[in-house]
Amino acid sequence: MIKLIKICKSFKGQKVLDNLDLKIEPEKITVIIGRSGGGKSVLLKHIIGLIKPDSGQVLVNGVDTAKLNDKELNEIRKVFGMLFQDAALFDSMTVGENVAFPLKEHTKLSKKEIDEIVEEKLLAVDLKNVTHKMPSELSGGMRKRVGLARAIALNPKIVLFDEPTTGLDPIMCEGIDNLVINTQRHTKATFVVISHDIRSTFKIAHKVAMLYKGKIIKIGTPEEIRLSNNPVVKRFIG
Amino acid sequence: MGYESSNHRSNEADRNPMIRLLELAGRPFIIAVEESGRIILLLISASTWMLRPPFRFRVIFKQMEFVGVNSIFVVLITGTFTGMVFALQSYHGFKMFGGESLVGATVALGVTRELGPVFTALMVTGRVGSAMTAELGTMKVTEQIDALHTMSVNPIHYLVMPRIVAAIVMLPVLTIVSDFVGILGGYFVGVELMKINSGIFIAKIVEFVELEDIFNGLIKAACFGLILSLIGCYKGIRTTGGAEGVGKATTQSVVLSSVTIFISDYFLTSFMF
Repeated sequence: MIKLIKICKSFKGQKVLDNLDLKIEPEKITVIIGRSGGGKSVLLKHIIGLIKPDSGQVLVNGVDTAKLNDKELNEIRKVFGMLFQDAALFDSMTVGENVAFPLKEHTKLSKKEIDEIVEEKLLAVDLKNVTHKMPSELSGGMRKRVGLARAIALNPKIVLFDEPTTGLDPIMCEGIDNLVINTQRHTKATFVVISHDIRSTFKIAHKVAMLYKGKIIKIGTPEEIRLSNNPVVKRFIG
Repeated sequence: MGYESSNHRSNEADRNPMIRLLELAGRPFIIAVEESGRIILLLISASTWMLRPPFRFRVIFKQMEFVGVNSIFVVLITGTFTGMVFALQSYHGFKMFGGESLVGATVALGVTRELGPVFTALMVTGRVGSAMTAELGTMKVTEQIDALHTMSVNPIHYLVMPRIVAAIVMLPVLTIVSDFVGILGGYFVGVELMKINSGIFIAKIVEFVELEDIFNGLIKAACFGLILSLIGCYKGIRTTGGAEGVGKATTQSVVLSSVTIFISDYFLTSFMF
């Protein structure tokens, strides 16, 4: 479903991704781990076409997104949902308007139908009575939940998560982890998660990929990663 | 071979202080040309989005309220006092050779042709242009603009185009208000305070001010609306560097818009009048 082939990307002469190859399995949770500032977010933004590679191919359902124009890219993006690190909720809109935004943009549903879907998605992420609140009135964990509700509003086939547990306390992290697992089980979508939280990674992942120096140096099930003899992987997972 | 020759040139530049000096002196011009190019590309892109559905009337009306309705008070104050001070200065000048009867026409011509559009644009730049940059800049650094991309919504269509349309439409409306209260302020100072004959004051305005003067002033206002919104949006969507970057971008936006308004005012005036 998603395949990255020999991706190279540099910023101001500094190589961030170096001939990176990665295949993401459909309908599974793949967690990409690696050091902070190691290019994980850049990799995720390549998948959804926010950044184009200097060279290489990003194949989504067999289409090379790196070669698409804005209009074609927008069509492909309709199969995606994305949860940003700080949720990236629109400050000027209420929680309900945030979740309704993709529905208003891409469907012809009536206001009543949209309101029902918004309620349903907010309930799916364990949020009640927040529809009329502004994002600034929510805690970090609640913002992430709203971000996830917005990301899954159009029932996307692929959902990307940029460090979903960063900045949250351990209890809140566990809540988000459970939410990721349950949502994936329920939607059967392909989840790609960027993380440096090892505990969380082993809890939610079907597959784990380790990014190091611009390359995927190891990919496998959590068990295979735990048993890996690769010194970098061993040091990273402690 | 090509690499060696460029390497050789670069080494030569390192050694030659004259070349380094020229490079340093030329860099701001190169940056200015690059920025101008990007602003023009943004204008072209926003213009093409104006013609493509969905037309986003709701967002445009919301922006029109922000640009126009919410700026009325500040425009009323500046417009009135501009007309008043202009009448006061003109009166003292004309009095030296007994031409006080021309104060009304001078104020009306000055306000409709220049002071109304330019001061309105400067006030709106300070209030609205800065807010556009700050809002879009914050959206950029908090990844809200990236979020729009991921939801297949073009940020130029959703954020930039409505702001530009609203500013182009509302600046002339605000200028009409400013022109009206400016002439009223001039009337108050000239007739009520300086005791110029009311009939003469009004008759000279009617005699010298033509509809074309007012109309050209409104065209100027629309051009200034385009300038301040385009630069405000451009600086916003190019913001980098967190909260500090938003502050810098906002300052740059206000300064660049104000300077561009003054420069373009000269060329528009020389073309129109």
